[in-house]
Amino acid sequence: MDIHEYQAKQLLSEYGVKIAAGGLAYSPEDAVQRSREIGGHVWVVKAQIHSGARGKAGGIKVCKTHDEISEAAEALLGKRLVTHQTGPAGKQCLRLYVEAGTDIAKELYFSLLIDRAQERIVMVGSAQGGMEIEELAENNPDAIKKIYIEPAVGLQDFQARKMAFALGLNADLVPQAVKLIQGCYRAMRELDANMVEINPLVITGHGELIALDAKMSFDDNALFRRQKISELRDKTQEDPREMAAADRGLSYVGLDGDIGCMINGAGLAMATMDMIKLAGGEPANFLDVGGGASAERTEKAFRMVLQDKNVKAMLVNIFAGINRCDWIAEGVVHAVKKIDMQVPLIVRLSGTNVEEGRKIIKDSGLPIIMAETLAEAAEKAVQARNEVVARLG
Amino acid sequence: MAIFIDKDTRIIVQGFTGKIGTFHAQEMIDYGSNVVGGITPGKGGQTHLGRPVFNTVKEAVEQAGAEASIVFVPPAYAADSIMEAAEAGIKFCVSITDGIPTQDMMKVKIFLSKFPKEKRMVLTGPNCAGTISPGKSMLGIMPGHIYMPGNVGIVGRSGTLGYEAADQMKALGIGISTSVGIGGDPINGSSHRDILEKFEQDPETKVIVMIGEIGGPQEVEAGIFAKEHMSKPVVAYIAGLTAPKGRRMGHAGAIISSVGESAAEKVEMLQALGVTIAPTPAAMGETVAKVLAKL
Repeated sequence: MDIHEYQAKQLLSEYGVKIAAGGLAYSPEDAVQRSREIGGHVWVVKAQIHSGARGKAGGIKVCKTHDEISEAAEALLGKRLVTHQTGPAGKQCLRLYVEAGTDIAKELYFSLLIDRAQERIVMVGSAQGGMEIEELAENNPDAIKKIYIEPAVGLQDFQARKMAFALGLNADLVPQAVKLIQGCYRAMRELDANMVEINPLVITGHGELIALDAKMSFDDNALFRRQKISELRDKTQEDPREMAAADRGLSYVGLDGDIGCMINGAGLAMATMDMIKLAGGEPANFLDVGGGASAERTEKAFRMVLQDKNVKAMLVNIFAGINRCDWIAEGVVHAVKKIDMQVPLIVRLSGTNVEEGRKIIKDSGLPIIMAETLAEAAEKAVQARNEVVARLG
Repeated sequence: MAIFIDKDTRIIVQGFTGKIGTFHAQEMIDYGSNVVGGITPGKGGQTHLGRPVFNTVKEAVEQAGAEASIVFVPPAYAADSIMEAAEAGIKFCVSITDGIPTQDMMKVKIFLSKFPKEKRMVLTGPNCAGTISPGKSMLGIMPGHIYMPGNVGIVGRSGTLGYEAADQMKALGIGISTSVGIGGDPINGSSHRDILEKFEQDPETKVIVMIGEIGGPQEVEAGIFAKEHMSKPVVAYIAGLTAPKGRRMGHAGAIISSVGESAAEKVEMLQALGVTIAPTPAAMGETVAKVLAKL
């Protein structure tokens, strides 16, 4: 789960990370009021969306007067910002964070991540901040310093100092850096974060280390024990279809193609989508219905897939292990009868009670196209989709 | 032979008396697995499915000679159950539980690593379908009847895609020595590489099918191991050709977050390491058949 910059900053500041004075605004009036409270002569109005690279998308505006703040807020609120992380649909900005302008002497990069190969937390830093770490990794990998943290003993001060020196900090800034790094690490451990990123981490003209931007992402599997964190969820930043699916216990990812998919198991779902692509089609979605696919669940999954108006054919691929093909078949027949299906449906069943399942579908008299193998299912789906497209002209 | 489990392996079920534990324990018993009891703290001394219930794993090891365990405990308590099994002297543990926090798994891995290698429990999963040595023993939730006994080893992150592979092979008359699910989480008890090492040592296994997916570095690590340390051929399929970057595809670990984690990149690297690639998920069976024919 991702959260906003202002939320990450609030959390991290509770762990001793220094941030600039700032406040949240929902309207231009709010924004101006926040700037009065903050004081000073320069403010930054920052669009709060779940994405990095907001600056390039015009989501961060430096203002010198209250009128400029009001204008910036007016322009940003309600706007959909498109970055390379949001996809072409972009994300809508409904909250602003107004922050005191910072006198930047130098920009650095710092983050904590879970390294899957080492199975531990890794600290990543670079004296070259501001740009994205992927970009830096590609152009100048030597400028990145990585330090792994032994989970049983945790982050030691000497490691934090090592990082501080690698960031090129003067000796007088090192104690501040150690405090900031230790704070980020404690936040990561105590809040079950997957990632804490401060980019840029800046040295100000007054010799302070400040988190100018902050990003945190949390382990979905640990939210059950992090009530405070789950309350930070902003559903306006998530794909409404994916959210609706998650609320129904289904795993859905919307894609750009036009062949809808309903499959049990994440691996088989990905493989079926690959097969569609290899057969010359494009999947409209990833959808894992999970193990116990009951009739109700199957119906919900059908509705989920078909609400995507791009869908021109639908493929169901179930390998019954825990559940049985005859139950699945009954669910499919029930769903098709209940929903007014406008697109061809291709069903491939395999595993436990497969013969009974196929018989139920055949006997239903519904125009369902049956397939026996994975390859046949994908080919028939692509063919059915092509016929629909040809008919529509 | 097979790896990890055979018909005599004494199995216990952690989370024995719960609904899911009960259902799958019965399925395993019906398959012929040697289930000698189960654990539900507080219900020790009772009998369930005709087998004794123990309060602790230690008691099951001491009194029933338990060697392998399967964990159906809910995510919040699963890491604790796994560590209990390791400490009690269980040799092989399958964690079915889906949804264990990543930092809990980091803790589990550190806990396991503190044991000397000869006393260290092998953990597979979490978030997997388990392990089966067809015709001998099933320690998992898979449909046992789709696996035919034979000489091909399967290791995979996904449950149903593993079924698909076994089914394709069965249709071609090819059987399985052991099929091991390592699970779809970012941190697994055992990696592809760990399981390849076991198959290499197993005289019954002639060819290994590795079923991977997007996210993480472990398929390529396994490919490097195969090139440097294995005499047996490895066939691989990597799912997720159509998966977009940065999106989680069902499994907690199925997300492309850095260079080298996409299906296309993994396929390219594995090919360079001499691993035979099944060009499509529908061709896993026939690719294995071709490799077997050359032996």
